[in-house]
Amino acid sequence: MEYLLHLFILISICAILGISLNLILGYTGLLSITHAAFYGIGAYATAVMMVTHSFPFFPSLLAGLVLSGIFALGIGSILSRFSGDYFALGSFGFNIIVSSLFINLQGLTGGPLGISGIDRPSFFGFVFSDRLAFLALAIFFVVMIYLLSQWIVRSSFGRTLKAIREDEKVVQVFGYKTLHYKLAIFVIGAMMASVAGALFASYSSYIDPSTFDLTGSIFVLAVIVLGGLANTKGAVFGAIFLVLLPEIFRFVGFPSALAAELRQVAYGLTLVLLMLYRPQGFIGAYKF
Amino acid sequence: MSHLEIKNFSKQFDGIKAVDHVSFSFESGKITGIIGPNGSGKSTLINLLTGVVQSDSGVMIPQYNQTTLSITRTFQEVRILEQMTVIDNILIVLTKRSVWVSIFETQKEQHFKNAKKVLEKVGLWEKRNELAANLSYGQRKLLEIARAVAMDATVYFFDEPFAGLFPEMRKIVTSLLQELKKKDKIIVLVEHNMELIRELSDVCLVMDSGKVLAHGSPEKVLLQTEVIETYLGK
Repeated sequence: MEYLLHLFILISICAILGISLNLILGYTGLLSITHAAFYGIGAYATAVMMVTHSFPFFPSLLAGLVLSGIFALGIGSILSRFSGDYFALGSFGFNIIVSSLFINLQGLTGGPLGISGIDRPSFFGFVFSDRLAFLALAIFFVVMIYLLSQWIVRSSFGRTLKAIREDEKVVQVFGYKTLHYKLAIFVIGAMMASVAGALFASYSSYIDPSTFDLTGSIFVLAVIVLGGLANTKGAVFGAIFLVLLPEIFRFVGFPSALAAELRQVAYGLTLVLLMLYRPQGFIGAYKF
Repeated sequence: MSHLEIKNFSKQFDGIKAVDHVSFSFESGKITGIIGPNGSGKSTLINLLTGVVQSDSGVMIPQYNQTTLSITRTFQEVRILEQMTVIDNILIVLTKRSVWVSIFETQKEQHFKNAKKVLEKVGLWEKRNELAANLSYGQRKLLEIARAVAMDATVYFFDEPFAGLFPEMRKIVTSLLQELKKKDKIIVLVEHNMELIRELSDVCLVMDSGKVLAHGSPEKVLLQTEVIETYLGK
């Protein structure tokens, strides 16, 4: 039971990452490979606030949201001037910069050793210490972010995002300042990712830079490409699939070490097969 | 009468002058037809005027009552938003151009009604929830024209709107152009077909090698010797 709860918590965290990246990539068409950086900013901000400054979880999460938003505003102001491959390359670079900061700002982040001893969230005296309670909290955030995402994509703003994805030049001809729209969704997506970071830090009680490097960004990318671009449900589906995949290998009798290796192979293979036969992902609404 | 004056528009591609110091005045309530042989700079000119291509030189001087210049257009190669529904292709031009306003949209119903009106005119209302990519060529072309017409703009540019359309569809487009004319809009029509220009336009601008060869009423301009030579050869 504890094992299942653990998996569901991981799925919830991945689903938040997937839903938020889907707003940027699936709906707006911006191939962002820096999502793990915002995930990390949320995690580190929460960890530093809680461990170093003894703040409770929720104000720390808020600090992560704000910090992530500020970083996204800075990074997005530059990236929003680009589209296509240039956007992807630029975002790639930013993930490397932020990862380096996590490693090198040792006084703040603990460097490669990371930060340990991060407490579980508490709310008016109630501590989300056991897994079931934490899962309830994680699901609460997934639902909130899911609803917010649905509201965004169904709004006129969401329609404009899709139009930018389809043909940015045409949208500009009709008088839209597309840079503002791209920047806005980039900041919103980054702030959502920081929530996943805060949850992860508090759940695992220990974070280090390796979780938030490029591999992390590519993992989130795989979540939504598999699940389905421009479909919020697709992001949740992708999270379920990719979190459970290595566990399936473990259950069919592969040793843990081999299962981990096979997971990478399976990710790659599934992505290649999907690109060939179902480019919109399992339940996606947008094809590359 | 309001008008849009353009002065000294130029564009070179790898040393080739696609548009060469073009100046003109587009009047409201009139259809200005731009004709010329292939490569004469017609489409490039409207690409410059709509900001699709950056011009080397040139200035637009709007002369009208409204405070902002709003422009809409169709493209020579149809550019609809393929992976969006038919109705979303129209709604996109109706929404306010502000992130904040579009998040908290308050005029959804009004926009929907306006979109319905224009889609009914082009016979695409029944297909409103289909993806634009699934439409036939003629329907895609009509959708693009409907999108341009749906916008309450000052200037309307149509780049070969009749190309590839069936006669019934042509009638629809003609009536849409006439409606805009009645609303006193500035309408610019790029067209190959001289007959259509003669039938629809009030003013005719003939281009050749990026320059204005002649302009005036279609009856007079299309009879000028250099215009005939440009089209039919000496």
